This record gives sequence, structure tokens and C-alpha cells, in this order.
Amino acid sequence: MSDVRAARYSWGGDEFLFVELAEEMSLQANFRVVAITKALREQRLDGVLEIQPANASYQVRYDPDVIEPHALLGRLQELEKQIGDAHDLALPTRVLEIPVLYQDPWTTETLMRFRDAHQDPDSTDIEYAARINGFSGVDEFIAAHSGSPWFTSMVGFVAGLPFKYQMVPRDRQIVVPKYLRPRTDTPKQTVGYGGCFSCIYSVRGAGGYQMFGITPAPIYDPTQTLPDFADFMVFFRPGDIVKFTPIDRERYDAYLADVEAGTFRINARPVEFELQPSLDDPDGYNARLLAGLNDGGAA
Amino acid sequence: MTIQVRKPGLSTTVQDSGRTGYYDVGIPPSGALDQYSLRAANLLVGNPAGAAALECVYLGPELAFDADALVAVAGASMVPRVNGEDRPLWESFAVRAGDVLGFGYISAGARAYLAVAGGVDVPEMLGSRSTYALGALGGVDGRQLAEGDRLPVGTPSAGAAGRRVPEDLRPVLSKDVEVRVMMGLYDHRLTDAGRATFLGDTWTLTPVADRIGFRYKGGELETVDREPPFGAGQDPSNIVDAPYPIGSIQVPGSVEPIILHRDAVSGGGYMMVATVLSGDLDVVAQSAPNTRTRFVAVDLDEALAVRAAYRDRNRRLAEALG
Repeated sequence: MSDVRAARYSWGGDEFLFVELAEEMSLQANFRVVAITKALREQRLDGVLEIQPANASYQVRYDPDVIEPHALLGRLQELEKQIGDAHDLALPTRVLEIPVLYQDPWTTETLMRFRDAHQDPDSTDIEYAARINGFSGVDEFIAAHSGSPWFTSMVGFVAGLPFKYQMVPRDRQIVVPKYLRPRTDTPKQTVGYGGCFSCIYSVRGAGGYQMFGITPAPIYDPTQTLPDFADFMVFFRPGDIVKFTPIDRERYDAYLADVEAGTFRINARPVEFELQPSLDDPDGYNARLLAGLNDGGAA
Repeated sequence: MTIQVRKPGLSTTVQDSGRTGYYDVGIPPSGALDQYSLRAANLLVGNPAGAAALECVYLGPELAFDADALVAVAGASMVPRVNGEDRPLWESFAVRAGDVLGFGYISAGARAYLAVAGGVDVPEMLGSRSTYALGALGGVDGRQLAEGDRLPVGTPSAGAAGRRVPEDLRPVLSKDVEVRVMMGLYDHRLTDAGRATFLGDTWTLTPVADRIGFRYKGGELETVDREPPFGAGQDPSNIVDAPYPIGSIQVPGSVEPIILHRDAVSGGGYMMVATVLSGDLDVVAQSAPNTRTRFVAVDLDEALAVRAAYRDRNRRLAEALG
């Protein structure tokens, strides 16, 4: 059992209570966020309006006319104690395969338009990221980005955008700064990177993350036409475990045809995630997590 | 009945009291930025206070009615006109089939709310008719109004022309405003001098002022030196991406604070140093570019007293128009 620092609680005006479990990002901190917010959701407290897990913090929006602020604070502090370091908890979740066309023409065209906002105007985003992280080249970088799975640590920024943290020890984490100045444009379904997080842009729009590729898989569908969206317009949930699979242009076009035909589905399998075995033997545990995906083949 | 959009105005959207329960997946509450004026407009025409109306920003739309209707405009001073003739603000009035409703130039405030008896009857999405344009959700096809749109109107309940909001229940619209905030979140990243600048300076609203956020010009906030935590990023204003409260004030690069409003991005990696009280978001909503703004810090007890006063004002509004 590892030591965990006491959480920091702060009022966000008269309707929000913000809780920072750790200042630094780590899988442990995020897993505690997921565990605490899940337990809080199950309590169904009157006056709690929104429970919003993030990477190493979470917030609650509440109605102080229904639940007294300090009463809510007390409940959250109790939960913090109860969950502790969460080392013995198991989280039922999904493992997902997201196909990625790295160095695709659309993000490449976009990044070329914003070179003046970039740290290294003479290379592409992925060349830059590979170089500053000590990889021999882009191929080795893609092997690392797609080699180990990612834990969905937060959904948000805009509708349905997942932030993902790679399930590897800190000395193997890829770290890349955001653009110097945010772009005004990012293609929909861009696979991006900022800090230690990979993300998938759910909609077209502004963005500051480096752009490495694009996925043909829709992840937000307000019209709810594809089968993956039958229940809800947002695909990702915190705790989803993601394997990025590099694909070529031919495969990308084939998936896109499936999307247009309304038959595309993301390859997904239910799985139970436990923190401690993941920390003790990341590579071995990751291999076991991903094994289930291969039974069903690609999406 | 339907309302035909002849001219869309600068940025007109369908908004109601907003949607709750989806901020955790990045879908913000949306809804009228000035909730008080939305309620006033709706109550004037006999609608439920949170019904869907049109939020008209700076430059109003031109609308043709195909049936008789009862309407009211509240919020910014944008005088409604029926077939070119002025009608009063903060008062219900009738329009006839074939009439065209337009607006005069704005003289104070930023957002006017046009309510029509029966409410704008676009489909509910996730429990609200509000438009969330970033997510292409709600309203008319998830976007602001465009020329040629036809807005369905619901069935009106009993309402009458000539109902007025009493003067003392109308907000004072000014180019010099105070916005009450609670300090917190990541304000420990500021030095005492940084806090003093934030609370002491008069901030000027820039033209970057939309449903997502309002950006202000002023001084630079001094931050405490630190070793960046893993995953935060190098800039002193960076944090490990965290949830953003509605009304939170973030300060990217320690300059130009941004108040996130009801179409907020739900989280990100910039330090937030304070949060605007929920009721004072109406004041922010009625701020036009160049509005001089001071942030006034209150504690939790004061914030709850402000909240109670806001609720009381809403109760008096409902009684006056009941």
C-alpha cells in the first residue's frame, strides 16, 4: 500500500466543489479519481447535479440550497478516506481498439498551415515529438505510441473528447509540449498529444495538442446513427482502455466506407482492470488486457 | 405556427434554462447566458420561466410570423420593431399574422431575449432545447439561426399583451461593472502581488466574448516559482488538465483572464484562480466589449447570501408577472 497525499478541496463559486487528489499525473491518481467519483455517483446524494472526473482531480456541481456545502465537503472527505490508495479495487471497464492512420494527409495539411505557432517550424509534429523524446525516428515513435495501451483518464474539453494516459512507467512516458499558440483548426478525429496525454478530437475546431494522425472511428455522434451510439451520443467513458492500431490508407478508406454505410463498430471487449498488478508488471498485465481484443479481430 | 427567419442577426440561438448532467463528458449546460432576462421574457408571455427563447447578440434577427402571437423582449436594450414601429422592452406585445419583427441598434447590454408565447418548439436534446454549437447539439440543427430557418412554436397558455416588468426589477446595464468571485482553485499559484493585481486592476472586456468565454485585458499576474509537476507543462500557468467550473476564471500565460460561460470547455490545462458567482454570470452576459470590470472577492457565506438575494429577486419577478 503506497502513501497518498491528502486531497486539496476548493470552492468553485457557489455551485462547484473542486478536489485535487494529486498535483502530478499518475495512473494511481486517476484510478483514485475514477473510484471516488464512481462511489459518489452510487450514493445518489440529493442536490448533487454533476460529478465530473478528470485526470488527477474531479469536481462536483451541486445546489447549495439542497445540500449544505460543508455537508457535501464532509461526504467527499469520507469517500477519500474510504477509497484510500485504491490498490485493492477492480474496475469493470472496456478495452477498445482504435485504428490510426499516422501521418495522414489531413492533419499534415493542417499542421503545415500553423507552422508559425509551432516550436519547430522545420519538421512535422510527429518528427518533433520523436526527436525530443529520444526516438531514432518516426517509426520507432509510432511503435511506442501504439505499442502499449492507454487509460482514458478524462472525457471532456469539448463533447466526448477522451484524454488518455499511457499505461507504462514514468521513464517510458512520452512528453510533448502543446503548440506555442493554439490552432484555430483541427480535423475531426485527430489523434493529438499534449503534456503526457494523447487525445482524440471528437469534433473539428480549435486545439493546442500536437497532431500525429487520424482515426476513421467516429467517437461523438449527436445524430446517433451508427450502432455504437444507439444508447448515447458520446462513445468514451473514463476508465476505457485503448489500444491504438496503426493502419494504412487502404484500410483507412475501407473503414471510412463502413462508417458511411452505417455498419462501422469500434472493436470493444469488457475487461476488469486492477491497479496493483498493472503497476507491478505493466507489460505483462497490458498483454493480458489486450489479449481479448485479438479474439474478435479488427473492427 | 412557425416563425420564419428573414435575417438571422449576428449570432442568434435557441436557448432555455440549460441541460444538466452531461458536463462529465464535455457537454456543458448551455442555456441563456443571462438567465434572469430569459425568465423575465418568458414570464411576460405566460411561459414557464425556463422555456426556450431566442438569444440575440449585439444585432438582432428579422422574423416573419405566420400567425398571431404574443412576444416579449428582455435583456439588452435592443428595441423591438414590428413592421418598422418601435415596441417596448420588458413588456409583452402582440404581433399579427404577416407581421415582421426586427430590432433597433443596441444601446446597452449585449444579449436580448425574445420569448414567444408557447416557446420555441425545437426538439429536446438531452433534456434541453438549448443550442450547443461546438457539439452541433440542440436548437436548430445544433447551430445559430440562418436565413430561411422556420422555427416551430408550441401551444401558448394564457398570456396578455401589456404586462410589464417593474423598473426596480430590471437590471442596470452599465459599461462599468463589478463581478463577484470566490478566489480558489489554483489561486495558490499566484503571489500576493499577483492576487493584488487580479483584484485591484480594472479589466477591459476584449471582443473575444462569446458563449464559451469572455477574455479581458489588463495586467500580468505574478506567479509563484515552481518545478512543474509531471504532466502539467512548462508554463507557470499550466496545470495537469483539470475540470473547469462554469464561471471559473483561467489565466493562460498569466495574462488576459478568461471567464468561462455556459458553453464552456469542460476542462483543460490552464490555472483557474477564481469563480464568478452563479448569479453574477448574468452581469458578465450583458457585458459588451470594452466594458470595464472589477473582480470583487467574497467568501462562501457571502456567496450564499448573494445567491439567496438572487433567488429572492427571481421570486419577486415571478410574483410581479404572475
